[in-house]
Amino acid sequence: MADVFERVKKVIVDRLDVDESKVTMEASFKDDLEADSLDVVELVMELEDEFDMEISDEEAEKISTVGDAVNYINSIQ
Amino acid sequence: MNFSLEGRTYVIMGVANKRSIAWGIAQSLNSAGARLVFTYASERFEKSVRDLAATLEGPESLFYECDVTDDAAIEKTFSTMKEDIGVVHGLAHCIAFAKREELQGEFVDTSRDGFLLAQNISAFSLAAVSKAVKPLMTEGGSILTLTYLGGERVVENYNVMGVAKASLDATMRYLANDLGKYGIRVNAISAGPIRTLSAKGVGDFNSILKVIEEKSPLRRPVTQEEVGDTAYFLMSDLSRGITGEIIHVDSGFSILA
Repeated sequence: MADVFERVKKVIVDRLDVDESKVTMEASFKDDLEADSLDVVELVMELEDEFDMEISDEEAEKISTVGDAVNYINSIQ
Repeated sequence: MNFSLEGRTYVIMGVANKRSIAWGIAQSLNSAGARLVFTYASERFEKSVRDLAATLEGPESLFYECDVTDDAAIEKTFSTMKEDIGVVHGLAHCIAFAKREELQGEFVDTSRDGFLLAQNISAFSLAAVSKAVKPLMTEGGSILTLTYLGGERVVENYNVMGVAKASLDATMRYLANDLGKYGIRVNAISAGPIRTLSAKGVGDFNSILKVIEEKSPLRRPVTQEEVGDTAYFLMSDLSRGITGEIIHVDSGFSILA
């Protein structure tokens, strides 16, 4: 669990250039991490690469917080 | 014949990130010795473009903002470029946009706004930037754009962008006819699906890639590098007899019934 969160956090910090401390399970990509819609698509692609998986459009649309991403990845790993 | 692009300058429009086809083109042209001039749509993409370009070796790159929806902005970008560097030898137009909600479902539901937006950014922009770059192409050269099979045939979910690509293909041909007498060739590369930011905007993109893996003659998707190398060919003298053409770099997928 922690491992997935740490890996997701690293992807987010690299991609969005945000401080690690802002990346919490509750953080919203758009509101707290200031990601625009293109950032979110880029993040989804980076996560697909990092975890060697596919995130469908329907699932991607449901991801709005860091926790959503971590929980989705955990649910199918 | 000289296959090197040393001493030549090429404008690359539309690098969004490391996955962009435009970036594959930039890398191929750079490795052939070209100097590159990058344009980006807005500040949002500036850092990403500059960071990527910083990884290149060889001649120092140049950077300009260019919003292709604004004639005055295009004029300003290219006149500044002319003052700064004088002559360019080619331009890669790697720009397209449509509303995401219109890249799924049925084409029949396309809105007027969405239709015109896709045409404006994805097709008219080629005519606009060709006009703007022409005064810099005093030694002749090569303009290329990126199209897709969805402009020739119906590809599920591609919808409004398919119609824009059909328009882009025709725009490319008319430009080729106009600019040929100035020694400027205009061609298009029809790349097979590549996992770019733009492609991800097309509904159910992951399953489009699977079809390519299963059915294309080469049984694999093409890479950025392969499209980049075809762009190098089109920018180089090797392709000097080719204009008004669409070259498919698609693992052969377009030959299938």
